[in-house]
Amino acid sequence: MNTAEVSKELVSIPALLDRNARTFGDSTAYREKEFGIWQSWTWSDTKVQVTNLALGLLKLGVREGDFCAILGRNRPHFYWAMAAVQSVGAVPVPVYQDSAAEELAYVLEDCGARIVFAEDQEQVDKLVEINDSLPQLEEVIYLDPRGLRKYDRTHLHDYNQMIADGAEADATLNKELDARKAKLDYASTCVMLYTSGTTGRPKGVVLSNRNVIESAKNSSEFDHLRREDDVLAYLPMAWVGDYIFSIGQAYWCGFCVNCPESADTLSVDLREIGPTYFFAPPRVFEQQLTDVMIRIEDASPFKRWLFNHFMDFAKDVGPDILDGKPVGAGKRIKYALGEALIYGPLKNTLGYNRIRVGYTAGEAIGPEIFSFYRSMGINLKQLYGQTEATVFITAQPDGEVRADTVGVPSPGVELKLADSGEVYFRSPGVFECYYKNPESTASTKDAEGWVATGDAGFIEKDSGHLRIIDRAKDVGKLADGRMFAPKYVENKLKFFPNILEVVAFGDGRDTCVAFINIDHGAVASWAERNNIAYASYQELAGHPQVLATIKTHVEEVNAQVAQDEMLSGCQIDRFLVLHKELDADDGELTRTRKVRRRIIEEKYDDLIAALYSDASEVSTETEVTYEDGRKGSIKATLSLIDATTHRSSSMKVAAE
Amino acid sequence: MSALADVPHVTPDGRTIGNVLMEMKNITLRFGGVKAITDISFDIREGEIRAIIGPNGAGKSSMLNVISGFYVPQEGEVWFRGSKRPQMRPYEVARQGVARTFQNIALFEGMTVLDNVMTGRLNFVKSGIFKQALWAGAAAKEEDENREVVEKIIDFLEIQSIRKTPVARLPYGLKKRVELARALAAEPKLLLLDEPMAGMNVEEKEDMCRFVLDVNDEFGTTICLIEHDMGVVMDLSDRVVVMDYGKKIGDGTPDEVRNNEQVINAYLGVPNE
Repeated sequence: MNTAEVSKELVSIPALLDRNARTFGDSTAYREKEFGIWQSWTWSDTKVQVTNLALGLLKLGVREGDFCAILGRNRPHFYWAMAAVQSVGAVPVPVYQDSAAEELAYVLEDCGARIVFAEDQEQVDKLVEINDSLPQLEEVIYLDPRGLRKYDRTHLHDYNQMIADGAEADATLNKELDARKAKLDYASTCVMLYTSGTTGRPKGVVLSNRNVIESAKNSSEFDHLRREDDVLAYLPMAWVGDYIFSIGQAYWCGFCVNCPESADTLSVDLREIGPTYFFAPPRVFEQQLTDVMIRIEDASPFKRWLFNHFMDFAKDVGPDILDGKPVGAGKRIKYALGEALIYGPLKNTLGYNRIRVGYTAGEAIGPEIFSFYRSMGINLKQLYGQTEATVFITAQPDGEVRADTVGVPSPGVELKLADSGEVYFRSPGVFECYYKNPESTASTKDAEGWVATGDAGFIEKDSGHLRIIDRAKDVGKLADGRMFAPKYVENKLKFFPNILEVVAFGDGRDTCVAFINIDHGAVASWAERNNIAYASYQELAGHPQVLATIKTHVEEVNAQVAQDEMLSGCQIDRFLVLHKELDADDGELTRTRKVRRRIIEEKYDDLIAALYSDASEVSTETEVTYEDGRKGSIKATLSLIDATTHRSSSMKVAAE
Repeated sequence: MSALADVPHVTPDGRTIGNVLMEMKNITLRFGGVKAITDISFDIREGEIRAIIGPNGAGKSSMLNVISGFYVPQEGEVWFRGSKRPQMRPYEVARQGVARTFQNIALFEGMTVLDNVMTGRLNFVKSGIFKQALWAGAAAKEEDENREVVEKIIDFLEIQSIRKTPVARLPYGLKKRVELARALAAEPKLLLLDEPMAGMNVEEKEDMCRFVLDVNDEFGTTICLIEHDMGVVMDLSDRVVVMDYGKKIGDGTPDEVRNNEQVINAYLGVPNE
């Protein structure tokens, strides 16, 4: 069989599975830590599981085109479920497992899911709660039987029993399964993923086999991914990135997907697996760096000196060595010594010693954090993408990595910029449509296949790299006509370890104001070291010394922002430190932890009004939602703090 | 007392309550001149969750210590699984299938969670000290089998992330959970919990309640617990014994106990007239 014929056959996920089981069936496909031991499954095992589960689904009466929701954390069983659902011609819809019942109800109703795979009692209980509003929901398949003994079994099925039933299926069902698999082609729907919904309700993005497989193929070639690679699957299954990394690329390349034991054991599992290909949003890298720094503070003076000395050295030399630029022999020897003493052991502790390709995306990453990892020799890069593009729009090639750009167009992707600065792209990964939402589809994707990203940016002349400024619709104007890009100033503030989240306001106003969330971990550790007593998050957030520190951060950023001619209007004039952490349960963040600006603006309109008044403090009462859906409220009096701003760089010089 | 609670039956939520597992007959316990327990009788049925409540100093912990064999009562008999229990040392009681947790956590602080829970398997280790030391013969296989049981309990109680953490570094609520894990590792017929929720916040209490119910439901373990939080007791237990000044002042379902005048007086005080 020649290559052309092979690739012609590989037009669906089940077809890729067949190839993998046939050509390298003994390679490990999945690992999961359970009962303290890493259990593994080869591609042949995977095929048996998927086939049997698919037969079980046929027995259950799953029809072609049905939607099957998947509600659970990253486990091999759910990845098999996705492939099994695709094998019978139905469409898998992974859903964020921490969704509250009403969010879940919206998604299940929107796609009309007939079957739901649920992880455990917690998820089944949510389904029971919303069952009455979901007439089309017929069967629920659970994985963990614990606590479900007394539940009504008429429409509740045990995952493992399904597989056992499938194994005993007769020839007719097997024939039916083969027929359904044969019908799958490049145009058929591969998966439907809900956008996290930064604004408004989530939308179902329909991705075809072409989208997924072409994107996986192109990106795997771009980064030279291979069968021996290991990834750790820990980001939500409902997120497009996990689908592409843990299914698309994994099936295309045949590499191994490792699932952690539980969400809490991630750091241990990461260290044990030592992935070679790794993805994490900036906040994960930030968190790890903060943890390392806290532990170094507690180390003996000699160790601390050693660490600081070699890390400072690595900052000068490390990135050049990583990029393959010429570096003197003496420096190389010293770097090798640092590798033996500091970088190697530290990378090993973090689980990063085998990384060949690491990516971060989703938010801007602080230059300090970025260079910390790169200087140790970790090939951390940035990419820019979205669900509608099947992840990849731009990515940084090896050797051209910088903190402030998101890279060059990925293979097969064309870019163009509108006059407004909004970024448009066209690629084989462009989504088919939003499910049951032709208006939104039409407003996002034009007849020629160009998709509006909703982000404003520009392409750097010298390097050809794309730089993103902000969401296009968040970019506004101050009352005097200067440009207002909240994300630009927010990101600069968020690079301070003390600051977790910032929301800036200023569109149509004379000046900018901001809400700030402190980083509880970092500030609490600082308070402990300085013997500052506090009883609660609220008290810590309102502590005068904390406020003073945040004020210096804001003023430092104002000074930086003043240098930028285009965006000097975005300096923060007044701010407050919020008395609660912005939370996805309260609808203030998306499940991927992005700020929902409009909702925050509405919810805290009293605080914004106070910031634009002359008052020096404001009392407020805020409703909070607990994890289980109960509501409560907290009262607080917040200080409103003025920060120094600079007219603009030229004016400042004149004033002095 | 309702007739239903005193015969084998199936509860409305589908759990089977069986025959009498343990029966205390006219127990009296004295420390010198102090009577800690005076003439108390009650029984514990297979599969039920039995609570002992009462104000401070009522003799609840002493009662639990009598059940576990740590205290030997001066008068009265303890019947276990249909036969009278002779005077036994606590480890002999443990071998019979009674495990407990303590009011003041009694873990090995310097050892990891895993090692602590493994100690709960002690009664299942058959190979001698030399084989253990040399890792010879059945010792390795035995350790594997015990580890498997322990890992299932770790999974059940969701403490995988602290498996290798020394107990001294854990917060209070988690230590309580490790104690429960160690008790479960002994695969007890009867599990004694001495104030499992004391000192916990609401969230930790809810978690603990769920684990207690799940243990009862999944393993069919009979549970006898002492608890101060009335909400917890009323929600969890099938039957409640109420003690005050070493005497039994009430016994029955939570509803019956709640309406018992003596119980109300003991808890809320009697107006001086």
